[in-house]
Amino acid sequence: MLRKRVAIQDFVAETRLFNHRAMVAMLLVVLMFCVIIYNQYQLQVVSYQDYQTRSEGNRIKVVPMAPNRGLIYDRSGILLAENKPVFSLELVPEQISDMTETLEQLASLIEISDELKSSFLKQVKAQRRFNSIALKEQLNDTEVAILAANQHLFPGVTVEARLSRNYPFGDLFTHALGYIGKINTRELQQLDADGEAANYAATRDIGKIGLERFYQQALHGIMGYQEVEVNNRGRLIRVLRSVPAVSGQNIHLGLDVGLQLTAQQVLKNQRGAIIAMDPRDGAVLAFYSNPSYDPNLFVHGISSANYNALLNSRDKPLINRVTQGTYPPASTIKPHLALLGLETNTITPSTKIWDPGFFTLPNSDHRFRDHVSWGHGWVDVYTAIMKSCDTFFYEMGIKLGIDRISDYMTKMGFGERSGIDIHEESSGIMPSRGWKRARHNQPWYPGDTVPLSIGQSYWTTTPLQLVVATAVLLNNGHMATPHLVTAFSDDNGQTEHKPSLRPVINVVNPNNWRVIMDTMHRTVKDVGGTAHKAFAGADYDSAGKTGTAQLAAIAQDEKYDANAIDERLRDNAMYIGYAPYDNPSIVIAVALENAGGGGSNAAPIARQMMDYYFAAGVNNDE
Amino acid sequence: MNEQFSGSAKRSKLAMFHIDGPLLLGLLALISFGLMILYSASGQNMLMMKAQLIRLGVALAVMIALAQVTPQTIKRWSLPLFVIGLGMLVAVLLVGHVGKGAQRWLDLGFMKFQPSEVMKLAVPMAVAWFISSHNLPPKIRHLLVGFIMCAIPTLLIAKQPDLGTSILIATAGVFVLFMSGMSWRIIAFVATLVSAFLPVLWLFLMRDYQRQRVLTFLNPESDPLGSGYHIIQSKIAIGSGGLEGKGYLQGTQSQLEFLPERHTDFIFAVISEELGLMGVLVLLSLYLFIIGRCMIIASQAQDNYSKLVAASFTLTFFVYVFVNIGMVSGLLPVVGVPLPLVSYGGTSMVTLMAAFGVIMSVGTHKRMLATP
Repeated sequence: MLRKRVAIQDFVAETRLFNHRAMVAMLLVVLMFCVIIYNQYQLQVVSYQDYQTRSEGNRIKVVPMAPNRGLIYDRSGILLAENKPVFSLELVPEQISDMTETLEQLASLIEISDELKSSFLKQVKAQRRFNSIALKEQLNDTEVAILAANQHLFPGVTVEARLSRNYPFGDLFTHALGYIGKINTRELQQLDADGEAANYAATRDIGKIGLERFYQQALHGIMGYQEVEVNNRGRLIRVLRSVPAVSGQNIHLGLDVGLQLTAQQVLKNQRGAIIAMDPRDGAVLAFYSNPSYDPNLFVHGISSANYNALLNSRDKPLINRVTQGTYPPASTIKPHLALLGLETNTITPSTKIWDPGFFTLPNSDHRFRDHVSWGHGWVDVYTAIMKSCDTFFYEMGIKLGIDRISDYMTKMGFGERSGIDIHEESSGIMPSRGWKRARHNQPWYPGDTVPLSIGQSYWTTTPLQLVVATAVLLNNGHMATPHLVTAFSDDNGQTEHKPSLRPVINVVNPNNWRVIMDTMHRTVKDVGGTAHKAFAGADYDSAGKTGTAQLAAIAQDEKYDANAIDERLRDNAMYIGYAPYDNPSIVIAVALENAGGGGSNAAPIARQMMDYYFAAGVNNDE
Repeated sequence: MNEQFSGSAKRSKLAMFHIDGPLLLGLLALISFGLMILYSASGQNMLMMKAQLIRLGVALAVMIALAQVTPQTIKRWSLPLFVIGLGMLVAVLLVGHVGKGAQRWLDLGFMKFQPSEVMKLAVPMAVAWFISSHNLPPKIRHLLVGFIMCAIPTLLIAKQPDLGTSILIATAGVFVLFMSGMSWRIIAFVATLVSAFLPVLWLFLMRDYQRQRVLTFLNPESDPLGSGYHIIQSKIAIGSGGLEGKGYLQGTQSQLEFLPERHTDFIFAVISEELGLMGVLVLLSLYLFIIGRCMIIASQAQDNYSKLVAASFTLTFFVYVFVNIGMVSGLLPVVGVPLPLVSYGGTSMVTLMAAFGVIMSVGTHKRMLATP
């Protein structure tokens, strides 16, 4: 039917028309192919470098590797801070299809508290892509075994072994070593400002206090990294290049485990501090503040209950009493003042004064009492120190005046930070006219100088300052910078750390210095010396000075009665001492809070420390 | 020109089975090249290779089978196939199987079937049947009927919704009209009409995801981890291949799976990355050879129906190639068209080879009918 209607067909014209159209079509096809080729040329030749770079950026990831933190040893090589492998359960959220389900199943295998779960989920939201996030840290052996056996059921879930800081001696070295903890935002900003942030890319912890903080840079080391090829899911295909991390330096301390243990044992529940130093170079031999606490609590983040308990404890364990405990030095600074008296000719070795049991300023009837109320009678500098006569020093102090005292004592290190290698240090107070004006907006009165002459009133010192100042006496006016670290070591060997002594006081007459040594010697040796009883029978020759700091004001006609006043207001017992007398290798300071008299409480503790020191031959290793 | 008589014994054997030698050679070369790339793009997955080989085998069998049918018979099937196809499209809309958010599949019990695939062949065949029943060039009223024949299935498929396929089918029909000698004035008029229709398409016919694709195409870097990810990774793969490529099986973008859909729609990026611009030129040469050979067959066909159908199939094949490469290399929006005979899978491969079967039939049956 249709065929009939198309009877007249012009084959030639139709063929020509079709062929023409076919030519046009083929031309268009070729043209379009040229467009494709041009575009390919643009992408593959012109922009090749750009896309090549982006392609490499896709597949190559740089994985930073944290260096191992340097270890800390005591003077005989006993490990005080180590890196222990701990296992943690970690998840890569992108590789887990059903998080709720996975968490539920994991919780059926090992115990996972809801607190852990919610803090984990919070971290998931905050983290970058393809980072593994710890669900539970510090897994025990059983948990590790259970998880390892079920690993294949949980894609994206791994048990990771990481090195974690551990302090095997617990609370014994806390105030010296400090501890490490997770890097916080403020520390991160500081690292950024110091240009150190890149080096910490893989590091999770940082020294928070103590040596761990002071020597953070040396202990940390240098980050390593791996260039790895990854696929689109971030899975590692192969390692292309590896630059190993350089471990942090190990540090070696002058501290001795035995001496520390002795300090802890002799202090028992007594609040206070003991510091022992080698006066020849300033190496710290013992450094103990009581009460202490376990630094391991802080390494994995301390619970708020534990932290509050430490923070709010009446005994203030977080205070480093060696360097932050500021106590009135009391009579322990009498040798130092006496030296000033001799060097300024305010007194001579033969100067004698009459002590009726009190001292009064001219035109005043206020009595500054001696601790022996009936008086010491005729007293020279030897007796004054040996028996700790106050009146002698009241009188000498008034003659010296505040300016000379303040100036000389500042040179000895009082009122100044010692520069020990931890940051937690107080400067104490060495009062002066300027200080009183600034602090109390009052002029300095002679009545202020009198109690200052026996280390009371405004004057406060740290136990560390007492050993440093005493070492100045032993070193003829040279000051040793106290330091806990005595050496650094790494794979290339050991380097000593020995800050040199620096002169702080000019010696006017060397004989004066010998007199002062002699007075301290007699304090221990002579019957009637305040430390004689404490050191009776010691098989080494030592010297020292006791101190009893009065905390409660006692009315003019009242008598001090330890039992009658609040325990927290009882006298502090102080002692400084050194041995052997003719060639001292240890100088020690003991401060006991509210313990009572220095001679009967602090001196015996120093005695026990020295006993151990000599018996064990702590400092004989050079 | 005179292969029949100057060819070797082998060629005459090929002719006996109604197979066009050069076209078969071109197709086999392309298929081999494709298989080689698929081996790399699938991550050397032998199961995929096996599935692809089976599919190719079936498709080749369909091609050879169709080549045995004379163009006249095929012409007679055109209208019934078109009507059946339309019926199935309506059925799909009514009872079709919903997959990937679209109704495209008809469940026949033993297999799922995509009626739009039939229409890829049936629409140009039916339009060619209608146009060739009148003198060329067609009159305006014939063209109008032709456009309507294109429009009905196009709208039905667009409603599934499968915009990409519907446009391709419309294109296949329009190619028939173009080849039949539709005057340039009308072409210009239609082009204007289509441009005017684009805003309507954007506002009323396109789904959100389709609009998103176009927006992403215009600025892929705006959403590098979302919808722009495909095209960015694809361009990185292509660009980083350079002139000579990273080497066979060495493409980091594809082997490490940064490139999505690497063995299906984006396989062209794998070729570009591993074989470089050189490999791309080889691929384009193969396509150009096949297209050119088909166009020669079309222009040598003896009746208008054969010419129009063969040319339309050829140009549609080219459009597939161009759209796929265009979308993978960032010239066109992502529309989900596989690279013909290279991409893994798809019912489209059978349809494609069926079209080549028809072209072969056109190329090999003419002499027996038209020897003077």
